[in-house]
Amino acid sequence: MGETVESVFARLEPHLLTVSKPIQYVGGELNSTVKEWDCGAAGEHGVTVRWALMYPDAYEVGLPNQGVQILYEVLNERDWIVAERTYAVWPDMEQVLRTEQIPQFTVDAHRPVAAFDLFGLSFSTELGYTNMLNALDLAGIPIHARERTEDHPIVLAGGHAAFNPEPIADFVDAAVLGDGEEVVLKISELVREWKQQGRPGGRAEVLRRLAASGAVYVPAFYDVTYAADGAIAGVVPNHPDAPERVRKHTLMDLDAWPYPANPLVPLAETVHERFSVEIFRGCTRGCRFCQAGMITRPVRERSIETIGDMVENGVRKSGFEEVGLLSLSSADHTEIGDVAKGLADRYEGSNVSLSLPSTRVDAFNITLANEFSRNGRRSGLTFAPEGGSERMRAVINKMVTEEDLIRTVATAYSHGWRQVKLYFMCGLPTETDEDVLQIAELAKRVIAKGREVSGRNDIRCTVSIGGFVPKPHTPFQWASQLDVETTDERLALLRDSVRADKKFGRAIGFRYHDGKPGIIEGLLSRGDRRVGAIIEQVWRDGGRFDGWSEHFSYDRWIASAEQALAGTGVDLEWFTTREREYDEILPWDHLDSGLDKDWLWSDWEDALAVADGSADIEVEDCRWTPCYDCGVCPEMQTEIQIGPTGKKLLPLSVV
Amino acid sequence: MSRAQPEQQAPPVQRLRIRYAKRGRMRFTSHRDVSRAVERAVFRARIPMAYSSGFHPHPRISYAGASPTGAASESEYVELALAEVREASTVGDALDEALPEGLDVLAVVDSASSRAGSLSDLLTGSRWRIETRQSPEEGAAEAVEAFLATESVEVERMTKKGLRTFDCRAAVVTMAVDDGGTIELLLEHATPAVRPDDVLTGLREMTGWSPPTNALLTRLAQGVLDRSAETLGDPLAPR
Repeated sequence: MGETVESVFARLEPHLLTVSKPIQYVGGELNSTVKEWDCGAAGEHGVTVRWALMYPDAYEVGLPNQGVQILYEVLNERDWIVAERTYAVWPDMEQVLRTEQIPQFTVDAHRPVAAFDLFGLSFSTELGYTNMLNALDLAGIPIHARERTEDHPIVLAGGHAAFNPEPIADFVDAAVLGDGEEVVLKISELVREWKQQGRPGGRAEVLRRLAASGAVYVPAFYDVTYAADGAIAGVVPNHPDAPERVRKHTLMDLDAWPYPANPLVPLAETVHERFSVEIFRGCTRGCRFCQAGMITRPVRERSIETIGDMVENGVRKSGFEEVGLLSLSSADHTEIGDVAKGLADRYEGSNVSLSLPSTRVDAFNITLANEFSRNGRRSGLTFAPEGGSERMRAVINKMVTEEDLIRTVATAYSHGWRQVKLYFMCGLPTETDEDVLQIAELAKRVIAKGREVSGRNDIRCTVSIGGFVPKPHTPFQWASQLDVETTDERLALLRDSVRADKKFGRAIGFRYHDGKPGIIEGLLSRGDRRVGAIIEQVWRDGGRFDGWSEHFSYDRWIASAEQALAGTGVDLEWFTTREREYDEILPWDHLDSGLDKDWLWSDWEDALAVADGSADIEVEDCRWTPCYDCGVCPEMQTEIQIGPTGKKLLPLSVV
Repeated sequence: MSRAQPEQQAPPVQRLRIRYAKRGRMRFTSHRDVSRAVERAVFRARIPMAYSSGFHPHPRISYAGASPTGAASESEYVELALAEVREASTVGDALDEALPEGLDVLAVVDSASSRAGSLSDLLTGSRWRIETRQSPEEGAAEAVEAFLATESVEVERMTKKGLRTFDCRAAVVTMAVDDGGTIELLLEHATPAVRPDDVLTGLREMTGWSPPTNALLTRLAQGVLDRSAETLGDPLAPR
């Protein structure tokens, strides 16, 4: 025993002052963990399982990521597991690593990523794929899974984007669908057993065991064939132990998993300078565009008491004075009123501030916001009607009437808020110019109402617009994505309409991005294995950090797509702006999110019927109107877990 | 209903002056990184801080003479304003415990009983050690001698306001180099600030000796400079 691996820090250190923000590469964050490389040797099983966890974006974005922090902590709690973190290095550091021949390293103990047993990447967005290839290459791990040997880590993808890992099927050894807390431990146990037995059968055998367990999807064990028209003809297991379909993981009883319990506090500045508690997971509002709401079903709440304990523990251990209550729709927690009041009471007069991202357009949220701003802080209020016209909102099943919105903002402005942010999407199915222009009308009415109820003229409204990208496992997975030109034209039309308005134009801020990154995200979201060659080409051509406008190159993606798809009979438009038919085999059909495909299709048809006025169908939230139609609960043997518990938060005892 | 005015915060009743070190990898922190770490640490350590008034109250912490990113230091200073009176050493222990390893509290005094004057008035000079980490150093001693024999050495540095040209010689009180290539430097805090790496630039430009750009800089001491005696007085000495 006595395995060791050398830290690269001594080689790195002389170069740190030549790169920007060197602090992001040195580790040493509060509550970070450095363990002995062979910490498991003395234990019951005599072996150590080692994970390098990566959030494939810059440190400042990756460090606050809750998913990575949770897995890092859950894994490190086991005395036979070492888990360390690594992030995408900026081009200046990449240059240092390549010139000095220093491999991709972890920030915890600066160990080479290639020395670990498992290399797990969490993909919140598909735009991190080129960063994965760069990290693999810097680590000295072959970018193609088929070229790896027993000496290389098993490369695993997780996160929401992993619900369609086909575009990266050539690069990852395995993908994990759903909640990670339990499955990372299961994978660790399988790897431990294999190592303990002396690694029988090498890499192929450990992958076989992982696939056979049903815990992970191993793309190499499935063959994809294509029909003459370019569509998928079939996806068939080529290994007897690979299941026909691979299921997602669902963590039940969130109260039993109160993580992060030791939140990482970086020295460097990051995008989220707060401690966040996930108050529930899943959402059943049924917004048709929302992949997160579809793939994280059912709703599982944390109880008011666990939330209270997690907030107190988190602020004490981190020193953050701002706490965010996270979820997909935070005001929907069954006890949110008591949570808000209880926390506001507990921290009254203390400078601890609370925030509630992701709230719906609902006057009740103003009551909550009032609780959260007792200490006088009035940050902006954000609401997401998503669609500008009533028709559009019915199509996406975001059931907010204009009356609701106006009433909500009236309450906000009359309670002293001066600024309201509204979030919309452009490019939704069946959308016309008129639907998008309604966004401007709505914003004008919001300002008019604000001036009326407050009696002041300094009322502001910021309109943020994102391009709609159809995502797998949603009712819109068959939809045509709006092309770049039309997206940009519509946004220009809207901008001009706002600017031309003398009375309200100056009170309305307008934020949007052009349609180019959206189309590439669309290609990667609904792509199949043929898209992998495009990603590789873009990376070879220097593409990295595609989520950053200053690094993203649309032209490079277009050129690479043309080159990589030549001869396949399909092209960028085929993957993005083409509407799919019912019979088409979708690249992710063999990956089971629990959603019944026929239910998704009927919901898509309902959306189209609502769009042309031939029907008036609203999908209700199954939290309050029991319904098993989407299929998740019966398919996954899960159930909704909600309160109310009837408990209240007691004042904290004085220490 | 009009917007509520922010609560007025209680005035400070005590000010504590703290000397701390930046060691190991903490030398790569920027001044802003340190200030965030201290803000979180005072909260974790439950030090009864006085807060600024306003919509975004901040704990009242002031810094003086912070060292540049990349330099280690045994002598950094910060002042905390407290809303309740506490024993200086108790606060020091609690803060040290709450700070990341490498940001280490070295001494704490009550400003009412320590040397008069604001921290920035008391921090007028620094002693630096520059390890070139290349030995033996051919020509180092001659270069230092030549530098000291010169009246003025102009250097350029890119600052936030653009490229600036200034003299780096006048601020140098003493400078000596040993056989291992390690330089000891006593610098007066001047305007514009002359940093030890500016002195290295000056050495490089006016002599044939070329110390490496990644030399390890450590501030050994910082305090009240007596230029004629070539000494630094302790800014935390009793009044």
